[in-house]
Amino acid sequence: MLIERSNFALADVISINDFSLNDINFILSQASRLEAMRIAEKNSLLSGKVVASLFFEPSTRTRLSFETAAQNLGAKVVGFSDANATSQKKGETLSDTIRMVEKYSDVIVMRHPLDGSARRAAEVSAKPVINAGDGSNQHPTQTLLDLYTMRKEFGKIDGLKIGMLGDLKYGRTVHSLAVALGMFEGIELYFIAPGMLKMPEHITNAIKDKVKIKESAELQEFLPELDVLYATRIQKERFADPLEYERIKDVYILTKEILQRTKSGFRIMHPLPRINEISNELDETDAALYFQQAANGIPVREAILNTLGNEK
Amino acid sequence: MKNDDIRLTPISNGTVLDHLKVGTALKILELLKLGHQHAITLAINTESGKLGRKDLVFIEGKELTLEETNKIALIAKGATLNIIKNSNVASKTKIELPKSVNGTIKCINPNCITNAESIATKFSIFPAPALKAKCHYCEREMNESEIFNSVK
Repeated sequence: MLIERSNFALADVISINDFSLNDINFILSQASRLEAMRIAEKNSLLSGKVVASLFFEPSTRTRLSFETAAQNLGAKVVGFSDANATSQKKGETLSDTIRMVEKYSDVIVMRHPLDGSARRAAEVSAKPVINAGDGSNQHPTQTLLDLYTMRKEFGKIDGLKIGMLGDLKYGRTVHSLAVALGMFEGIELYFIAPGMLKMPEHITNAIKDKVKIKESAELQEFLPELDVLYATRIQKERFADPLEYERIKDVYILTKEILQRTKSGFRIMHPLPRINEISNELDETDAALYFQQAANGIPVREAILNTLGNEK
Repeated sequence: MKNDDIRLTPISNGTVLDHLKVGTALKILELLKLGHQHAITLAINTESGKLGRKDLVFIEGKELTLEETNKIALIAKGATLNIIKNSNVASKTKIELPKSVNGTIKCINPNCITNAESIATKFSIFPAPALKAKCHYCEREMNESEIFNSVK
């Protein structure tokens, strides 16, 4: 009843680059329906199914929200949250681990430190694989929950004016989100980053025909335009010169002051964890959407698990 | 016979790779791993009407497989493949880039799964506007000079 699987073309969830707009909209709609359901109504959707939760590297939000989502739907969860407790430690290849796990699970959720590991796992496994982060490459469920958060907050994604702030060069969340937003209509993107952390050209080139892009190192300039400001962490280790880091790190700290220049309905998002880039004083304001955003990981991951878990 | 073709006939049967960018002949020889089974002649930095200067590779008694041709295409876009039969040019084709290659390029990303486990690499090839190869696994894109150094 809940699944009209013909609207979702993917056998696995590996990379946002595999998604069509249809696939994205399908997951977002399923997430809305699941969020509106009480646990008692949905906890038989995956009953009798086993979700393997393979976290080869640590994660707080992603692992807990996947496992909570699986349990909300009535699935059993098996797995590990530390690769040291596995045979990988003894030198087993990822391919062999997956060949074993797919025999006793119905869906595999995996985070792994190597880029491309999720694609490899999906190749080896007959059961669906969901990428919960492969090295610095992809984290597609983060992008889907970001989109879900925008749609839920604004009622639509088309036409939104979205600022992306901070480390746009190395941040995989902003890369995937920018690419996904490129599938919607009338999006305006404002990239705000210091020169050395600018959005890479291959991303801007991929979307420049579909969205309007403005770039600046200055936040103030774009603030009055924005519906959403998506902030990210600037990591000290990206800088060869520590002085350079010291010089720019405070420029991008968001305080209550910025709200004097923003329009009504303005919201701040952040993939978390934050260090100091969003001041605590913003947490209680209407602009703070980041904790709600993290909570939205549950219905979005329920939607993905339910769609793939009921496939076979 | 046109003046330009005179150099194509030191072999009577086999393959001549023409219009190679200067500096690619030795690399091609290395990639083909032909050992000592064939008589091979290289011409390096010779005059060319089309290119100014070019390299050529003559291989006696061998026609290249599709896999070998694809490998060459990655480092010598626009080269000409001549098949010589009985000392005549039997066919002349421009080498085209394949849409994808398997096991041909080593991924430049040290953190890619293909560099950690023994998996054949897979790359999608994008010829324009500038040659690019994208890893099927880690999605990292490689440019022309990175590809040149990573074809195996």
